[in-house]
Amino acid sequence: MAFNIIVCAKQVPDTNVIKINPKTGTLIRDGVPSILNNDDANALEQALQIKDKFDDVHVTVITMGPPQANDLLFECIAKGADEGILVSDRAVGGSDTWATSNTLEAAVKKWVKENGDYDLIFTGRQAIDGDTAQVGPQLAEKLGLPQVSYVEEFEIADDRKTVTVKRQLEDGYELIEVALPCLLTTIKELNTPRYMTISGIYGEKEMKTWNAKDIEVDLTKVGLEASPTNVFRSFTPAPKQPGVKIEGDTEKEQAKNLLIKLKGKHVI
Amino acid sequence: MNFSLTKEQEFVRKMVRDFAETEVEPLAADIDAEHRFPEETVEKMAQYGLLGVPFPTQYGGAGGDHISYAITVEELSKKCASTGVICSAHTSLCCWPIFNWGTEEQRQKYLPDLLSGKKLGAFGLTEPNAGTDASGQQTRAEDCGDYWLLNGAKVFITNGGYADVFVVMAMTDKSKGNHGISAFIVEKGDEGFSIGKTEDKMGICASSTTELIFQNCKIPKDRLLAEIGEGFKVAMSTLDGGRIGIASQALGIAQGALDVTVEYMKARKQFGKSLSKFQALQFVVAELATQIEAARLLVYRAADMKDKHLPYGPAAAMAKYFAAETAMHVTTKCVQLHGGYGYTKDYPVERMMRDAKITEIYEGTTEVQKMVIAASVLGK
Repeated sequence: MAFNIIVCAKQVPDTNVIKINPKTGTLIRDGVPSILNNDDANALEQALQIKDKFDDVHVTVITMGPPQANDLLFECIAKGADEGILVSDRAVGGSDTWATSNTLEAAVKKWVKENGDYDLIFTGRQAIDGDTAQVGPQLAEKLGLPQVSYVEEFEIADDRKTVTVKRQLEDGYELIEVALPCLLTTIKELNTPRYMTISGIYGEKEMKTWNAKDIEVDLTKVGLEASPTNVFRSFTPAPKQPGVKIEGDTEKEQAKNLLIKLKGKHVI
Repeated sequence: MNFSLTKEQEFVRKMVRDFAETEVEPLAADIDAEHRFPEETVEKMAQYGLLGVPFPTQYGGAGGDHISYAITVEELSKKCASTGVICSAHTSLCCWPIFNWGTEEQRQKYLPDLLSGKKLGAFGLTEPNAGTDASGQQTRAEDCGDYWLLNGAKVFITNGGYADVFVVMAMTDKSKGNHGISAFIVEKGDEGFSIGKTEDKMGICASSTTELIFQNCKIPKDRLLAEIGEGFKVAMSTLDGGRIGIASQALGIAQGALDVTVEYMKARKQFGKSLSKFQALQFVVAELATQIEAARLLVYRAADMKDKHLPYGPAAAMAKYFAAETAMHVTTKCVQLHGGYGYTKDYPVERMMRDAKITEIYEGTTEVQKMVIAASVLGK
């Protein structure tokens, strides 16, 4: 039986290009190219590295989005994924993280119904447009899977029953062995994503689109209306003033100069 | 008429652009200065299918078309013209004639390794006394019963020092002129075959340009490509396609130079404002951008005609002539727009201007392109 990996990926606006309308506080998306979310590219790469290592690995990419998110599936398959599934329906539009993970949960369950069990799910840590880092962990909870977030190193046992991962923390790391199936969220330190190949671009692609009815999701739990959170305001933080370096030949002189500045500003 | 790229072609552009920005651009200045052939980049190009773009998968190609091939060379050349011509010479000048003129056995024997990039290809036509006048071939191939015996020398052979497979023209019957030339496949390591002098060039310094020397070079009978006496036809048809590759390289050089110049003009301030705010300079940019776009349309059209199996010789000649002159003009102007900095090696336009010049010379000079075009317009 094949070793099945599901990668959840999101198409996001390229934040190198994007700007925020200062008046309305909303993202200016016109003419902004869409890209495969950075952390999700690391998620896919890890799945593909497992596929490189073993002969019987099947990698499925699932994304939720508008029809143009098919481009994301195209790219993932051109890199080496076996199939791509787009969950697209007006009913799931505007979903927050909770509603999104409900949708993805339903999509994964439909995939299982059609294909059998999966062994691993990868998601990127977070999307560069929302930065919440919630969808992966929520999906794991809803599927009842063990999860490890912020994975920066990954090793799969030869018997493929467990994986050992290094989880990045702010002030260190955790080394965790986890039994499969599980869900891992990946960060950029994990690997360097590969490029598409030209033959991958030109090869046949197994891509399908599922709507809300196909995945039999509870419509009261998806979409904008069902989302318990919504965006209050988006804004570009004002750039911070550059710092001032307090100079002086000796420590005493530096302290003196600091005092002069603080007094000058009536801080002390 | 359809001016849109296919989804596949768009993705090829995206892929090669990413590749060129990450793998090619960081090396470009150094390999130029060191005159170093970028073996590591060629290995990566092989891995991602960039060395077999327009060939069917049954021979190990990527299954793409000639527009995606043109885009590949263009995007590589935007960052490094040497890397662009390594791909172009390999693809157009070695893989293509074997694919088009080879027997099924020859295709099976050579193409999988060439198209996957395990082996690199080159093409030998030019000789010290046979440049534009390619019919003046002095390299001879003698039928010795069980084998061919080659004697002579080729010059200015792109990829020469790193290629494994060479498509080489040699005279088999001098009395027949052009019809006495035949094409052969020579392999690195063949008895009596060696690489001579490596040229020290003005530009494309990271590409390997060498002499090929044949001294009683013995090759098996099955290395004849096409029929005896068809070598000139093989060479000319190969160069028709090669011109699409070089035109793409020229296009890439021009676009790459304009791209960095636009960035420079936005950043560089004189008289209290960015160079990009001066209308006289804006008009130069407008002129260059228009010429580049016109070149692009000619290049893609020639590639499209090749994909559609239409006669593309004159279209390829127009594309190469126009794109090469555009590259020279654009890079010269871009150096000017950079002022003194543009004349230094701290900015890439200096290299791009040196690289552009060769596109007006190799795989048929601009004058040869005009001969081809004139013949198609006026009749022979």
